[in-house]
Amino acid sequence: MGLASNSPLEHENLVERIIKELQDLPGALLPILHRLQDELGFIPPALLPVIATGLNLSRAEVHGVVSFYHYFRSSPPGRNTIQICRAESCQAMGSRALEVHAQRALRCKFNQTSADGEFTLLAVYCLGNCACSPAVRVGDEVYGHVDAAKFDSLVAALSTSEVQVK
Amino acid sequence: MTAALTKIYVPRDTTACSLGADRVAVVIQQHIEKNQLPLEIVRNGSRGLYWLEPMLELETEQGRVAYGPITPDKVDEFMAAACWLRSDQHPLYLGLTEDIDYLKRQQRLTFARVGVIAPTSLEDYCQHGGFAGLRTALAMKPQAIVSCVTDSGLRGRGGAAFPTGIKWQTVLDTASPQKYIVCNADEGDSGTYSDRMIMESDPFSLLEGLIIAALAVGADRGYIYLREEYPLAEEVLNRAIDVAYANGYLGKAIAGSNFSFDLELRLGAGAYICGEETSMLESLEGKRGEVRSKPPLPAISGLFGQPTVVNNVISLATVPIILAQGAEHYQRYGAGRCRGTLPFQLAGNIKYAGLVELAFGYSLRDLLEDFGGGTRSGRPMRAVQVGGPLGAYLPESQWDTALDYEAFIEIDAVLGHGGVVAFDDTVDMSEQARFSMEFCAIESCGKCTPCRIGSVRGVELIDKICAGKAPAQNSILLEDLCYTMANASLCAMGGMTPIPVRSALEHFAEDFEVDAGPASRPSPQA
Repeated sequence: MGLASNSPLEHENLVERIIKELQDLPGALLPILHRLQDELGFIPPALLPVIATGLNLSRAEVHGVVSFYHYFRSSPPGRNTIQICRAESCQAMGSRALEVHAQRALRCKFNQTSADGEFTLLAVYCLGNCACSPAVRVGDEVYGHVDAAKFDSLVAALSTSEVQVK
Repeated sequence: MTAALTKIYVPRDTTACSLGADRVAVVIQQHIEKNQLPLEIVRNGSRGLYWLEPMLELETEQGRVAYGPITPDKVDEFMAAACWLRSDQHPLYLGLTEDIDYLKRQQRLTFARVGVIAPTSLEDYCQHGGFAGLRTALAMKPQAIVSCVTDSGLRGRGGAAFPTGIKWQTVLDTASPQKYIVCNADEGDSGTYSDRMIMESDPFSLLEGLIIAALAVGADRGYIYLREEYPLAEEVLNRAIDVAYANGYLGKAIAGSNFSFDLELRLGAGAYICGEETSMLESLEGKRGEVRSKPPLPAISGLFGQPTVVNNVISLATVPIILAQGAEHYQRYGAGRCRGTLPFQLAGNIKYAGLVELAFGYSLRDLLEDFGGGTRSGRPMRAVQVGGPLGAYLPESQWDTALDYEAFIEIDAVLGHGGVVAFDDTVDMSEQARFSMEFCAIESCGKCTPCRIGSVRGVELIDKICAGKAPAQNSILLEDLCYTMANASLCAMGGMTPIPVRSALEHFAEDFEVDAGPASRPSPQA
């Protein structure tokens, strides 16, 4: 995730720059949305009209695409994004229990962010790490054989809130 | 002059790294620098013996020898043993890598280089037979290339098993100034990772397959549609594409010929349905990944309305060896109408999880027992799901079925992309059936009613049956719903979701009784 500031004007400048760079690609909408989410961590709904104008699409078409794909989000994520695989291979190795544990440990449900803003918890359907289920992904790192204890130590290593409290 | 350095191989593959391979590489590098060791780290891909990862290899006069698993907590002790001086003196010594039984019993054609080479080293690739297929193809007429692929018997490895050569023939025969090659790298099936391994460990084989396909049908543009969930594959593929451009294997005048081909990597965005070819084409065009009606076939009207070859990663990565060694060589492997090999992926609750490339015709039991070694939990194995989330759950009575597309269809199952997910006796099959419907509801593109609504109703019906609410009537309704979904859905998502549901109902009926359920079972062992 980039460090672009959160001012609406800067967001607009950013998206215009991205559109200018990518608009000539055939089927440019997904590459543009990807770049935007890479930079900001999410796709601000206020930018949809700008993208629509830039690509000569309707706002409805852009909204339709953003909302179709699970990966694109319309609100900022927490500092860390944790994905827990819910698919069959991980189920066979106890991911149902891990899901329950994770939601309890972070005190939030799937698609929510923990109260301290540290963790956004997401479900994912297969990380291709099925030889070492259950699998969890944090950012671009994948972890294998994750049980409750390993999950807790992962979270502890990532968490900064304790430091901030002190 | 410095003495020659011994190569030490540390895999860089998602699963190896999920067990600490990156950390292991860092620690080894620190030891090398601190103690001036005569070693040089090579980051290879993974051989796919995942219970041994991180599996390190050392170059010796006899060949490469392996050690594993060398997890980060064992690496200091491993380095202290100085195995490069005397290789066999370590408790985790596995002998010559090539002699490891699990590898030795496989027939690695598509995966011949996987784990052997440094993935983005063009030199390594060429030294191990890379681009031999392309060289052969460049000297052939397009029709001869297509015929070679047709004659090899290769069928689409994404799961649908449609003959690759016939697809290419249709595109070749369709006149158009613009044609496309699209690689379907949206490997979304749970329990599968063979595409990921090719892309992370031998990306040039995929590129070579794409170039040959383009040459065969007369396309000058290609796309790899990669799922977002594979960040390492993205990095490795982009690097491989850059290297290929820099060395004249992509772009204008490929390998000195007058043939040009441009290739671009595109990322999906977390939609399982985009593994369906027409949905993927919509997504590549920048739209919602909604399935198209067929006809027209993508081979006639595909990406941006142009004739398009859509092939899975494994299909394309197998093309180079077919061209290099000839159709007959590939044909010799396999059984019945299934020629060649399929990379099976052992997953879930299995002791020796890994990549097993075998000729068609072995039995599922051979895979589960001889290779898999039973469950990882040590409990009895109860069910096996083959072919991803749309594949059947097979009870032990069906494990002697031959690994062959037609033999699986005969038992109302599918071989699909070769994923094999094992479950022990703690599994509740009503939960698995419910999940199949739930997954369909989450991932349906929404275009057709049987899939969009049927999956939601399916979850509700299974809940009612398991809660004891009119189970007899609701079971009839559920079967009726399955019939409708199977016959009236627009694509395989809704059309095949009934397969796992029906197999669970048929073979594990006791799990749908009211007093069954998770409470009366032993708790799963993670």
